[in-house]
Amino acid sequence: MPLDLVVNVLLSGLLTGLVYGLMALGLSVIYGVVRIVNFAHGELMALAMYLTVIAFTALKLDPLWMLLPVAAGFFGLGYALQRALINPFIARPEHAQFMLLLALALILVNGLLMVFGPDARNVQVDYALDSYQVGPVLVDKVRVVCAGVALVCCALLWAIFRFTGFGKAIRACADNLLGARVVGLNVAHLYGLTFGIGCACVAVAGTLLTLLVDVTPASGPAYTLLAFIIVIIGGLGSMPGALAGGVLIGVSEAAAGIAFMPSAKSMVSFALLIVVLAFKPQGLFVRR
Amino acid sequence: MKDLLALFTEAAPRPRNALLVLLALLLLAPLLIDRYLLSLMILVLYFAFVGQAWNIMMGLCGQLSLGHALYVGLGAYAAAALYQHFGLTPWLGMFAAVLVCVAVASLIGWLAFRFGIAGTYFALLTIAFAEFTRIGFDHFAWVGGSGGFFLKVVQQDATDWLNLRGHPRMFYFLALALASGAFVLTAWLMRSRAGYYFRAIRDNEESACAAGVNTFRYKMIAIQISAALTALAGVFFAFYYNNLFPEQIFNMGRSIEIILAPIIGGVGTLFGPVIGAALLTLLSEGLTELLQALGIQAPGLKQILYGVALGLSIMFMPHGVWPGIARRLGLTRDAEDAGK
Repeated sequence: MPLDLVVNVLLSGLLTGLVYGLMALGLSVIYGVVRIVNFAHGELMALAMYLTVIAFTALKLDPLWMLLPVAAGFFGLGYALQRALINPFIARPEHAQFMLLLALALILVNGLLMVFGPDARNVQVDYALDSYQVGPVLVDKVRVVCAGVALVCCALLWAIFRFTGFGKAIRACADNLLGARVVGLNVAHLYGLTFGIGCACVAVAGTLLTLLVDVTPASGPAYTLLAFIIVIIGGLGSMPGALAGGVLIGVSEAAAGIAFMPSAKSMVSFALLIVVLAFKPQGLFVRR
Repeated sequence: MKDLLALFTEAAPRPRNALLVLLALLLLAPLLIDRYLLSLMILVLYFAFVGQAWNIMMGLCGQLSLGHALYVGLGAYAAAALYQHFGLTPWLGMFAAVLVCVAVASLIGWLAFRFGIAGTYFALLTIAFAEFTRIGFDHFAWVGGSGGFFLKVVQQDATDWLNLRGHPRMFYFLALALASGAFVLTAWLMRSRAGYYFRAIRDNEESACAAGVNTFRYKMIAIQISAALTALAGVFFAFYYNNLFPEQIFNMGRSIEIILAPIIGGVGTLFGPVIGAALLTLLSEGLTELLQALGIQAPGLKQILYGVALGLSIMFMPHGVWPGIARRLGLTRDAEDAGK
């Protein structure tokens, strides 16, 4: 196998992995603060992907223009979901929360199936085939753009949590819920905002992914599982872990794609998850 | 044996007699109903059976598995492949199926319980194993890969009990035997020492451990029993439907279908899976009929209905429908057992 092919594939895996990382980051933020496992994560992403594809087919709108409106819309959707549906479940047992979101996921993915049918849809931008030549290595332009946007989003998220008062309040809820209540934080509102942020992350990741892959309704559950694999490998609730896990999965998928049959590539991700759960269940990138 | 008899003699007379009447009615039912109703009844009994199998693990022992399709699929493929390739009767093939499933369940249980992986993590591990196996079987040429695996279909008027080929009536009695067997087994388990340990682990694992229950061992026993029963469901599935596709049988949707009946009926109760299976089948068939009558083609609608049913029952009836019914019928002893 020629070396430059291997480098090419691994590099594109790494860039895709950053987008995966952003998707998983949404899940991780929600879990880290609200302690809810968002089992409808991939389905929400599929919804965002369909919105982007529709906007493109109907209005010829570049997916990159869709980033802000989709993010804002999903922020609102996430906030509403948390306040209306999930907040009453905060004190319920873990499996009840899990199954509530599973129900939401079922409804979402089959709603998409009913409305759009089972066929794959995609976005054909005119720069889809452009690439940059760096020495002997070719890099797709779209992948670079996507990875860049994903990185900017992650940095933005980090800055929000690190430097704003509202980010501080959210971190307070995650660190000490009782303490946060005692100092008078509106926990339900902050949980809603956190859920909104998580949904905005996954929506941005979905919008970016339309540039890289086709979307089908069935990709919803697949992405939910992928996001879970990533955050568990990286450590549930850890932000850098989610990003690192995303890159690891992106690269290992790409590597499996050239080493084995492409259709078997997600087997590698599941195998990785099983190994991590078996030997280091708190995640690879968490020191404990 | 004495315990099994005690189950019967020590049961309160009213529910016992009601159950006997129900069993008699179910035994006579094939004489009265047509083939369509018969196929519905087979579905109800099948879901009551797998629901009961899942219930032993989740309802009694509190271990949430979202990958039970794994055991259905493995059991189905094991018995079907042995029959198709070597002509082995499913009555022997089912031992292989059970063996394979118990081995896999032991592996999953060992990996998870060794490190105290529970709750969400455990559920995800079960999904991961099911998905891993699904993709593996897509590339497993000996059993047809993603193209599917088919059993020889024969004339339906000749009933061949040895090879489980023939009329749906045979499958009806088979499903009835499985469902009643699982029911009795669960009833017996609930009264046994293991059953009390299971519930102690479910309600508070640390206390159970402190009280001297070997939690690892009993969680392993729960997952093994559950997997063994589900393997039998797989064998039944293979010989009833005659075709197996990895994409379908290992699908996560199948795992969800399995857990719906006990959740709607009442997790951790003896009657929950049975009632849930009946309600669910009624609901989904009713909807199919209605859509057909209205001439609407809606591929995802049944799944949406499942989602709505799951969501509503989690939201408004976290203990399922059975505890309410039991209270009304004056059978509160079982209702008290309703899981959390």
